[in-house]
Amino acid sequence: MRDVRSWWGKHGHLVLFLTPALVIYGMFMAYPLISSLTYSVYEWDGYLRRGFNGLDNFVTVLTRWPYNERFWGAISHNALFFVLTFAIQTTLGLFVAVLLARKWRGFAFFQAAYFLPHTLSLVVVGFLWRMLLNPTWGAVGQGLRRVGLGDWVQPWLGQSDTALVTIILVNAWAWLGFPILVYLAAVQAIPREFHEAAVVDGASPWQDFRHVTLPLLLPTIAMVTILTFIWDFNAFELVFVMQGASGSPSYATDLLATFFYRTAFGDPTTGGEPGQIGIAAAIGVLMLIIIGFVSAFGVRFTQRSQTEY
Amino acid sequence: MSRTVRALIVSLVFAFAASALAQTTLSFWSWRTEDVAAYEKFIAAFHADNPDIDVTFTPYLNTEYNTILSTALQGGGGPDIVHLRAYGGMESLAQAGLLVRLDGQVAALEGFDPGVLLGATNRADGGVYGVPFALQTVQVLYNVDMFERLGLEEPTTWAELLAVGDALKASGVYAFANGTKDGWTNETLFGAVGPTFYGGTPFFQEITAGETDFTDPRFAAALERMVALRPYLADNYTGVGYTDMQTLFAFEQAGMFAAGSYELGNMAQLNPDLRIGSFAVPADDAATPSAISFYVDGSYGINANSPHQEAALRFIEFLASQEFGQMFTDELQQISAVPGTQPTSEALAGMVEMMNEQGTPYLMLTAFRFGQPSGSTLLQNEMQAVMAGDKTVADAVTNIQRGVAEWFEGFQ
Repeated sequence: MRDVRSWWGKHGHLVLFLTPALVIYGMFMAYPLISSLTYSVYEWDGYLRRGFNGLDNFVTVLTRWPYNERFWGAISHNALFFVLTFAIQTTLGLFVAVLLARKWRGFAFFQAAYFLPHTLSLVVVGFLWRMLLNPTWGAVGQGLRRVGLGDWVQPWLGQSDTALVTIILVNAWAWLGFPILVYLAAVQAIPREFHEAAVVDGASPWQDFRHVTLPLLLPTIAMVTILTFIWDFNAFELVFVMQGASGSPSYATDLLATFFYRTAFGDPTTGGEPGQIGIAAAIGVLMLIIIGFVSAFGVRFTQRSQTEY
Repeated sequence: MSRTVRALIVSLVFAFAASALAQTTLSFWSWRTEDVAAYEKFIAAFHADNPDIDVTFTPYLNTEYNTILSTALQGGGGPDIVHLRAYGGMESLAQAGLLVRLDGQVAALEGFDPGVLLGATNRADGGVYGVPFALQTVQVLYNVDMFERLGLEEPTTWAELLAVGDALKASGVYAFANGTKDGWTNETLFGAVGPTFYGGTPFFQEITAGETDFTDPRFAAALERMVALRPYLADNYTGVGYTDMQTLFAFEQAGMFAAGSYELGNMAQLNPDLRIGSFAVPADDAATPSAISFYVDGSYGINANSPHQEAALRFIEFLASQEFGQMFTDELQQISAVPGTQPTSEALAGMVEMMNEQGTPYLMLTAFRFGQPSGSTLLQNEMQAVMAGDKTVADAVTNIQRGVAEWFEGFQ
């Protein structure tokens, strides 16, 4: 009894402080997550749960047409989403960060300008770009016509070979401020002496970047890459706002999250298709496995290459 | 005290006593948030004749209504009067025994068109579980003033339709406002173009009976006609979405619009001066009959667990009456499902006439939305790819057939 009292005297405040957060986390994070895991192993009739059906929902998603075609299509779109975004942020983003780190005139203005789109809601970004890219009266098309390049105007969002890339570029426009900000901080954290030593040894600016800046940035790049991966494999808003839940045109922009949404709640545009909770939950679990596995692998890799100055 | 005054007092006392004894309030759920004012009027008209029954109309957000309603009904609660979706959207509720079967109870239903009643029928027992309220037709709308200005007339053959399209294009506007960016608008385009070429109701009856399937050459021929209209759609049509289409037609940048009757209300808001006519897409020769699609928007039903069955039935009888049908069409500018109602609007009257003479059930919506993948989902996405030139009609037919055969008993 005395043990309990002295333990409470020592740690009681911790319990008091942690309880509210734990209750909220448990109710709104842990419980929904675990219950949706269990949803995936039951058969569902609309929103009513029927019997336990083991891995049937997973087998349906992975092997039964058209679910399997949608699923693998969505994964390949998410993968392209990630690869292109990664390519843009580690070339253009890194380049801008290194330039900004030189603190040229107008530094503060450009720093803010590059970060600004990142502060906008993706719903706003999607709506804005959907209007700008409208082939009938969008500003992009009007601008091209004004300078005599009317032939270049295309229904970018309506063609299956351009729609996804267009959305990835719009996403990059909105996202790039974040990697730039993080890279900039990392570049500025590299001690001056390293660069000075390189210059004294006769290194060109490129050699300085290649052999001093870049190796020291690798852990940061790896961390941003993991975040990008998680973000891009969960991407939803842009496609939903710009192309609808069906990943129009004909699933060319369908992502795992839009596939999940459509399956869970029915596509409102096709009118009254009932949701299939069990199959949707299976898609959600598969997303969780993919993202969790790759992120865990990435985090381990990053920890191994951590640098301290 | 004069005799009149005495009679008045007596009748007042009786009225008060009657209402105090038998005042029933029915609850009525719906997704028509935009029609609250109209429903208040309908309810007031009902209440005037049935002072002992009052009705409270509660609309929910369109996209959440299905979930709210089915959860409430399955839990044994919910409203007395239920605004129901049509076809596949209502059938699951009827099959679960949550609705009152109305055929045989509501006499006015016998006067309804059998094709219309399909929208509120449970296919398992053939029973009617709702009083259909509105019908929509899918056809070609056209700008009457623009046609008059260019000396154009409603086409009576396919060649004439293309000639009208060429004349519109030559005058500097698009022939059709249609685009294909939003998947579901491909189904609308098919609903306007297809029926004439697959042969309307006979084909519909054969395919729903399982006597033929989507590999039938008539179906492919209908899809081909839709593809043949590509040169007449808006420029960059693969990037033209639904709101763009509405705007192009409303602001006279296109002369025709393959669309539903519900656009009349939208157009009246965007451009009240627009005069709209409508026609069915004609066949190759004027002698072959043309067809348009129509479908039931939904119906009114009674909750099987409602404690006010008798009062609910009286309200439902009112909703099936000619008086209500006329009020409905006048107030909301939509086609009432009640037989014999006369729309006051000229454009709407034209559509009703076409529907009565040439109407055939809207293929995918009325017959192939009962399982997944639904015929609508398949048609929309396959034809979006065909219209963009990414697929052939033959590919689309193969996939539509394969998808529907996953669940449709008639093909198994």
